[in-house]
Amino acid sequence: MTHAVAQLAAVVATALFIFSLHWMNDPKTARHGVVAGVTGMLVAVLATWIQPEIVHHGWVVLAIVAGFIVGVPLSQVPLTAVPQRTALSHSFGGLAAGLVGTAEYFLGLTEHPAQLTAFRMSAIVAEVILGFLTFTGSLMAAGKLQEVRWIPQRPVTYPGQNVVNIGVLLIAVALGVLVVVHPTAAWAGRAFYGIVGLAVLFGVLLIIPIGGADMPTVISILNSYAGLSAVAMGFVLGNKLLVTAGALDGSSGLILSIIMCRAMNRSFTNVLFGAFGTVQKAQAIGEQKAWKQETVEGAAQLLEQASRVVVIPGYGMAVAQAQHKVRELYDQLTKRGVTVQFAIHPVAGRMPGHMNVLLAEANIPYTALVEMEEINPEMPQCDVALVIGANDVVNPAARYAKGSPIYGMPIIDADKAKTVLAIKRSKNPGFAGIDNELYVQDNTWMLFGDAKAVVGDLVKQLAGGGGLH
Amino acid sequence: MIDVSLLQTAAAEAVPVDYWSTAFVFVLATFIGLGVIRRVSRLLYTPLMSLTNAISAIAVVGSLVVAGADYPRVIRILGAVALFASMTNIVSGFLITDRMLKMFKKQ
Repeated sequence: MTHAVAQLAAVVATALFIFSLHWMNDPKTARHGVVAGVTGMLVAVLATWIQPEIVHHGWVVLAIVAGFIVGVPLSQVPLTAVPQRTALSHSFGGLAAGLVGTAEYFLGLTEHPAQLTAFRMSAIVAEVILGFLTFTGSLMAAGKLQEVRWIPQRPVTYPGQNVVNIGVLLIAVALGVLVVVHPTAAWAGRAFYGIVGLAVLFGVLLIIPIGGADMPTVISILNSYAGLSAVAMGFVLGNKLLVTAGALDGSSGLILSIIMCRAMNRSFTNVLFGAFGTVQKAQAIGEQKAWKQETVEGAAQLLEQASRVVVIPGYGMAVAQAQHKVRELYDQLTKRGVTVQFAIHPVAGRMPGHMNVLLAEANIPYTALVEMEEINPEMPQCDVALVIGANDVVNPAARYAKGSPIYGMPIIDADKAKTVLAIKRSKNPGFAGIDNELYVQDNTWMLFGDAKAVVGDLVKQLAGGGGLH
Repeated sequence: MIDVSLLQTAAAEAVPVDYWSTAFVFVLATFIGLGVIRRVSRLLYTPLMSLTNAISAIAVVGSLVVAGADYPRVIRILGAVALFASMTNIVSGFLITDRMLKMFKKQ
C-alpha cells in the first residue's frame, strides 16, 4: 500500500517538475514554477518518509532542521554573490550523491553482496566519481568567485598540467573498472576509497587553471555534472523520479554550457583545458591613438538630446554597485521621452543570466533588457551607446584580431552607434584597456571614474541640480 | 571502516531493479529536458539554474532512506550528511529562485 503511494507520488512529482521548468519560459508565469517545484518536492519527500523501512526518524528530523538552518541564510545572499551560492549548491548536490554512492557500496558489501551486479556497480562508481569531483570542483569555483584568500583567483598553470589531470581521472576510472569486476575482493574496499580520493583531487585540479571570465561556462558544466550524479544515484537506487529530475538538471546545465561556450566562441575542452587569461599577448594596434575625455555636463547633454540610448552593462557595473544609480539615469531619460534599452551579452556577469537579475533587482523593467542578437542589427540607429563596466564584450578586436584571446567571440556592436560614451575606472590603460580600440574611436568619448559616482553625477546633472561635487 | 567479514553471513537476496526501463526513462527525460529548457526565457537563466538545482536535490529521497532505515550507524551518518546537503539545496534553491523571480517586473 505505502509502496503504491510512493510510486504515485513519484509520478505526480515528475509531472510537477516538468511543469515547473515549463513555466520558466516567461517571467509572468515563472513564479508558478516555484510553487510546482515545491509541491513536487513535498509530495516526494513525504511519500518516502512514510515508508515502513524508515525507522530512525530522529536522524531524519535532525538533518532536515540542519538543512533549513543553513539553507535559509544561503538564500538571502546579495545578488552579486548568487554565482557563489549556485556553485556551493552544485557542490552540496555532488556531495550528497558521492556519500549515498559510498553508503550503498559498503551496505552491499556487508549485507547484500549479490546486489553488487556489474550494472549496479558501474552506476555506483559513476555516481561516486561524478559526485565527489563535482563536490570539490564546485567548492573551488565557489571559493574563486567569493575571492577566498587562499584560493588563487588567477588561473594557475604548470607544464604537463593536462597530462596530470587526465592521468588522475584515468587512474580513478581504472580502479573503478577493477571494483566493478571484483566488487567483493579483499582489496575492493581500499580501491573504493582510492576512487573517492582521486575524484576529490580531480575536482580541485580541474578548477585550478580556470579564471573568472570562464566562470559562467564552468558553473554550467558543473551544473550538468551535478545533474548526472543525481541520475547515477537514481540508477543505483532504481528510482525513476531521481533519474528524471537529474536528467532535467543535467540537460539544463548542458544547454547553458553550450550557450555560454558559443557566446565566447570556445569549445568545452578549450574552457576546461585551455587556461583562459594566461597567455594574453598585448596586440600591437598600428599607431597608438589617444582617447578623448568628455565632461559630465557634455555627456548629460548628449544623453538628453538622444532619442535612443543603449546601455551596455558589464560585471564592472555590479562590482561598483552602480545598478541603482543606473536605474535613476533610466528614469531621468525615459521621463524626457528618450528610449533606453539595456544590451545584455550572454556572458556578462559571473553566471548565465546574472546581469538580468542584477538589473531586475534595481527595478529596471525586464522589457527594457534586450539580447545581443536582437540589439546588434539596430545599433546603427542608436544615438548613444553607454558602456558601463563592460570591456571584452564590446571590443571590436574580437571581429578581426586573430591571436587575440577573444577573437571570434560575438560582441555587442557598440562601435556602430552614432556616439559612444564609455565609463572607465582609471585613465591608466590597463592590459585590457590598451587593447580596446573602441575607446579611441573617433565617435567615442570617455568618462573616467567609479561607475557609481559617474552615473550619479550624470543623474544629478539631468535632474537639473547641476551641482557637481 | 566496515567489517567485510560480515560478507559470508549476509543475506544474498537481490532486489531486481529493471535497469533497462530506468535507462529508457533517462533517455526520454533528457529529451524532455532539452525541449523544455530550450524554451526558457533567456532573462531567467540565473533563476533557472537555482530552480533546477533545487529540483535535482530530489536526491533527498535517496539520502532519506540511507539515513533513516535500519542500517549500521556509519552508513546512517553518511546518509544524514547527504540528507543535510540535499535539504540545504532544496531550501536555499527554492527560496532564492522565488526571491529573484519577484524582482522581474514589466513596468
